[in-house]
Amino acid sequence: MYSIQMKGIVKRFADLVASDHVDFSLKAGEIHALLGENGAGKTTLMRILYGLYHADQGEILVNEKTAQIRSPKDAIQLGIGMVTQHFTLVPTLTVAENMVLGETGSITINLPDVEKKVAEASERFGIPVKPQALIKHLSVGERQRVEILKALYHDARVLILDEPTAVLVPQEVSVLFEALLRLQKQGLSVIFISHHLNEVMEICDRITVLRDGKLAGTVKKADTNLKQLANMMVGRENFGVTRQGPRERGAAELRVEKINAIDKKGLPALKDVSLEVHQGEILGLAGVSGNGQTELSAVLCGTHRVTSGKVQVGDKDLTNAEPAEVWKAGVGRIPEDRHANLVGELTVAENLVLDQIDGFLKNGMLDKKKIEQNANTLIKEFQIKASASDHLRTLSGGNMQKVMLARTLSLKPRVVIASQPTRGLDVGATDYVRTKLLEQRDSGAAVLLLSEDLEEIMALSDRIAVIYSGRIVGTLSAQEATAEKLGLMMAGLEA
Amino acid sequence: MPKLKIERAPAPVWMRTLIPIIAIPVTFLITSIFILLDGANPFTAFYHLLISPLAGKYSAIEVLVKSTPLMLTGVAVAFAFNSGYWNIGAEGQLYAGAIAAAWLGMILKDVSPILGIPLVILGGFAAGMLWALPSAILKVKLKVDEVVTTLLMNSIVLYVTSFLLNGPWRDPVSMWPQSPEISQGTEYFKLIPRTRLHFGFIIALLVIMVTWFVIKRTSFGLQMRAIGLSKEAAHFAGIKVNKTMLLVALISGGIAGLAGAGEVAGIHFHLIDAISDGLGYTGIIIATLGGLHPFGVGLAALFLGLIDTGAQTVSRAMGVPVYLGDVVQSTLLLVTLSLFVLQNFRIRRVK
Repeated sequence: MYSIQMKGIVKRFADLVASDHVDFSLKAGEIHALLGENGAGKTTLMRILYGLYHADQGEILVNEKTAQIRSPKDAIQLGIGMVTQHFTLVPTLTVAENMVLGETGSITINLPDVEKKVAEASERFGIPVKPQALIKHLSVGERQRVEILKALYHDARVLILDEPTAVLVPQEVSVLFEALLRLQKQGLSVIFISHHLNEVMEICDRITVLRDGKLAGTVKKADTNLKQLANMMVGRENFGVTRQGPRERGAAELRVEKINAIDKKGLPALKDVSLEVHQGEILGLAGVSGNGQTELSAVLCGTHRVTSGKVQVGDKDLTNAEPAEVWKAGVGRIPEDRHANLVGELTVAENLVLDQIDGFLKNGMLDKKKIEQNANTLIKEFQIKASASDHLRTLSGGNMQKVMLARTLSLKPRVVIASQPTRGLDVGATDYVRTKLLEQRDSGAAVLLLSEDLEEIMALSDRIAVIYSGRIVGTLSAQEATAEKLGLMMAGLEA
Repeated sequence: MPKLKIERAPAPVWMRTLIPIIAIPVTFLITSIFILLDGANPFTAFYHLLISPLAGKYSAIEVLVKSTPLMLTGVAVAFAFNSGYWNIGAEGQLYAGAIAAAWLGMILKDVSPILGIPLVILGGFAAGMLWALPSAILKVKLKVDEVVTTLLMNSIVLYVTSFLLNGPWRDPVSMWPQSPEISQGTEYFKLIPRTRLHFGFIIALLVIMVTWFVIKRTSFGLQMRAIGLSKEAAHFAGIKVNKTMLLVALISGGIAGLAGAGEVAGIHFHLIDAISDGLGYTGIIIATLGGLHPFGVGLAALFLGLIDTGAQTVSRAMGVPVYLGDVVQSTLLLVTLSLFVLQNFRIRRVK
């Protein structure tokens, strides 16, 4: 008996095929993992099931009957509940009030009655929550339980959890797993989206792996192992890159010693991270997104603080230095989010001097002529398709990134921090950015490349370090790295 | 059957500059309804509102008089808004400047204007800065929303003024709740004899020029604009976000303080409770209408000064309540803001 069957699902976003003829089926009463790298199409598929997106092709069956799911409302009526990564609770309302927020059956709400029902549901499903508690007073784990209870309260028989463990600390993860196993016994079916292999192996009955929007296969837990799953996830034996022998490298230029940092939610994001990047090498940092790369990059760019540890460039201590000190010490920064770190409403020329205005003054005034000349020189040198007076927001992603590269590299940095430098760029711009990074390495700079794109890491790096859950799992030379080894390390296992 | 679809599509740049100009006829169309309800002819009313004041020499000069504090509060607000500091406290900072001017006028008894006027200007500026300081520090140090704190500071200074006028500063001669008349040496001189146009108008023009220069031509200006457009990007580029924002907030307060000093030293010659009557809040309207550009602010201030003067003319000539001026001003702001939002969309026919 199948609860859900999705057949030949196709979903396109402009040119991107996010879901390419994917088949997926969920048996009644099973916990089924949807596994894959970022951008593999897991969330897209589930959003289609929950009525948030509409499939371009394909068919959905619920309880073996064809179903039309046009909106989440339809999905809820069919007994499907979804808990997204970003919770949809109103912080200033109580648990009980949140439960009935979307109900439009009557004008009045009998709150004591609702609270009683919520308390009953809480008991029946074994999910302890206080109906009168205000959401804003609850921890992230408790809020997640409220979300789950909300779905169950609306009679969900199928529960979709989108990366439920991403926001939780380990203790909360085990509480969640206990609750899920208990609900399974009561007949609930669960779809568990994750990119963490161990979790999947711990709790799921069957596993469907997606890769680049396509189905890579569905396996039973009993018939598989971590190594096979890692291979299915990453999918390539080699990357079509032929590596030369080890290259000469110079002294260590960037040294990171045992740094710890917390993320915006206050959870530990970096745990005793130590790295060394030498002159004339590219150190690639591989990892699934959300494992501390954002924080590490921000720390090195001077926009995020560490709670302990040390950052050093040459013999200069840059621990918790301000951004201006960081680039003056010779650190070129290509940040993860170019949109947030350039000013769209200023011109290309203004953006190109924003971090070094002191060098473009005449009698205390902005030297407009020099600013424009600087822009024209860099536009030519870096092949930016724009004019100096264009507003930055009118540029394509590739040209925006070239502006960032031009501003950064024109300062002749000793160390380059490149974070997701080709994300969202077309092939041409991607090639250009990669060539520039190799040029930097060849001219003796120490380059740290943080990327979620394994191919990119494999193609550019001399050494590869892997980060998982805020820790460096290990470091390999490019020659010893294989997709399989990296895949396992990215899942948190020693290779 | 063709359907209409609303989609996001930003308007070209030239359209943005046209918005305040498009807003004016739309506003008149809407406000005509109220004039008709009052039984008057909208065309005659708008003639008296907009044309009559410019016909006579005295009333034309009066437009400049009314515009003077509006230029200053408008620039004060626009300056702060340029760096994303939402100073709603120009009204209170204006009062602080007025208190300072009244105080200086009391204690500097036999001062020469050469010393007295600069002291009043400095005092007004400093008082405005001082009144802007608590909100600025709370914003920078503790991330407390400046919209709330600057607004609340307005209420505080109103009570301080009331206290002074009903207590220690009550006029000993008339016993009215007003401060003693300021000394001759601290009065702004008249630009044209036998009118109310005073030196404060020159100050307002100078402030417009200087702020334009700072915003558009100095590195400080580029940095404060960068902060206003994207704090994150500015911080990433090594700009000292907090320090810059603090300074901007204080300068903004100082400029608003100049408006208050001018009203005391150039118009009333003593502090009264109703010294402002919302000039600081109108400054927010003017800053918005002027597109946060100092020159635009200057023009918007002249326009609202005209409406202020015209409202009295309409009232006298036609018996329409003087509040018509307020209705026109508020409607103009709403229409302009609506157009700023609407320009991001377009309506398209789809099959």
